[in-house]
Amino acid sequence: MIEVNEINQNVQGRQVLNQLSCSFGKGRIYGIIGPNGVGKSTFLDILSGVEKPAQGKVLLDGKDIFTYPRKQLARKMAVLQQGGLPPVGFSVREVVGMGRYPFQSWLGGDILESESIIDTAIQSMGLKELTHRKMDQLSGGERQRVALAKLMAQEPSVILLDEPTTYLDIGYQVQLLDKVRAWQRERDLTVIAVLHDLNLASLYCDELVVLHQGTVAAAGTPQEVLTAELIEQVYETKISVSAHPLTGSPQIMLQPSEY
Amino acid sequence: MLLLAVSIVVSLSIGSAGISVCDVWGILIHQLPWLSDKAVPYSAGEIAIVTQVRLSRVLLAVLVGACLALAGTGFQGVLRNPLADPYTLGVASGSSVGAAFIILFGLQTAIGLWTIPLVAFGTGTITLLGVFWLSRNNGTMGIETLILSGVIIQAFLGAFVSFMVSMSQGVVNQILFWLMGSLAMRSWDHAFMLIPFLAIGLPVLLIYGQALNLFVLGERHAAHLGIRVERTKLIVLISSTLLTAAAVSVSGVIGFVGLVVPHLIRLLVGPDYRLITPLSAIGGGIFVLWADTLARNLMVQKEIPLGVVTALIGAPFFAYLLHRRKLKQGGEI
Repeated sequence: MIEVNEINQNVQGRQVLNQLSCSFGKGRIYGIIGPNGVGKSTFLDILSGVEKPAQGKVLLDGKDIFTYPRKQLARKMAVLQQGGLPPVGFSVREVVGMGRYPFQSWLGGDILESESIIDTAIQSMGLKELTHRKMDQLSGGERQRVALAKLMAQEPSVILLDEPTTYLDIGYQVQLLDKVRAWQRERDLTVIAVLHDLNLASLYCDELVVLHQGTVAAAGTPQEVLTAELIEQVYETKISVSAHPLTGSPQIMLQPSEY
Repeated sequence: MLLLAVSIVVSLSIGSAGISVCDVWGILIHQLPWLSDKAVPYSAGEIAIVTQVRLSRVLLAVLVGACLALAGTGFQGVLRNPLADPYTLGVASGSSVGAAFIILFGLQTAIGLWTIPLVAFGTGTITLLGVFWLSRNNGTMGIETLILSGVIIQAFLGAFVSFMVSMSQGVVNQILFWLMGSLAMRSWDHAFMLIPFLAIGLPVLLIYGQALNLFVLGERHAAHLGIRVERTKLIVLISSTLLTAAAVSVSGVIGFVGLVVPHLIRLLVGPDYRLITPLSAIGGGIFVLWADTLARNLMVQKEIPLGVVTALIGAPFFAYLLHRRKLKQGGEI
């Protein structure tokens, strides 16, 4: 579905990505993990077609991502941005409706079909009571739900999430990722998420891609990737790994250096 | 729309020539082609004042206001900067430098009637680029830096215009006119000159209404939703600059119209640019029409420059916006 071929990228004169190659298959949830400053967000910018790599190619369904017209790309791929939506004066429904933009002609046509899609998106994110509220009257967690509802209205087949759980409390984190997974299963979507929290990544992702020093240090299922040796090498800190009592997925426990 | 019609009627009826309201309308009705053969009880001078001076001036005020308010809407939308307008960005001053230069050297008709608007557009665009270049910081433009750059450029260009004023003898008044902004001594030609600019600028900004809505979420969000961000910015900025240049070339620098009007409209109808854009055009017309009506009637013998009136209203409003922004730092547009 998505092929990444030997990407190089520099940010402010520093080489961030170095000969990075990997591929993402249809209908799976991928987690991209790695230490700060390793270029996870840069990588996601390139995947979403916003930033051009200095070298290398990204192929979406076999076609170079930069040859897609922007609106056509937006119909295939949607992005949940880091930091979420700003508290603007638009109502929840208006913002979710913006997700339909890629389907509108330049005169703003194709509204009829959109209405029911917008309603469904609002419903499934549990935003019905807030439909006519303004964005600037919502909490950060609620705004993040609106952002996801907007993504749903966009009806993509690939979604990219850039640290979707930052600034959310644990209740909202689990709620948001539950919604993403339910939606992913329903539509057989490809999800690529940059995640900071390794334990959440392990619980929700089918496969993890570990970035280290500008390239892929490891890739595979959480069981294969989240080993004490690899994490120590990449994050330069000692950890213990144990299985989650309910799901069996590997979970990481931090340890102060004196032990 | 209704308010606009009422404003036009009232403004037409008020004037310093001492013609009664009944007479004004009598003259206007007689101008209708199917009534013009009847006996005319009015003097030629009175007719000239109403049709040549007052009617054209009212129309011009409406058009200039619409241009400036539209330009302000465009700038605010694309820059996501609530304090942006042709005046605060220095575009209006830039345009006036070009216009003053042309007048100083008596080149008004070098390439026909369009000389001044075209030159004004050129210098306005260069000014805008200069302001962007000054305020650019790692590829992003901070709201305050942008306004500061606008002020700096404005001061610099103001000095230029003052220099030109001091170098010339005969045309001083004409150049001063650019600095203060006025609709006095304009004719039908000037009004007609604005119409093509509006006819292009308004539809372009209307088409980009939904795109500007998405810009409110941020450029990244807009890009992810399928907007060609750079192209949209370029087209909206050029349209807005063109509208500004056109307005400035007939009326001089009239400040704050593009700032005040879109904000008031936003307070009334909410943040949707598909509504703000057309309503700003109408609102701008009403605002400048009233400001001009005040300008020519407030003092008995003299006329106050229009730019003075709009600045007297606009500057406090600007201060208010700045203050409110400080209260809710980092808040919405």
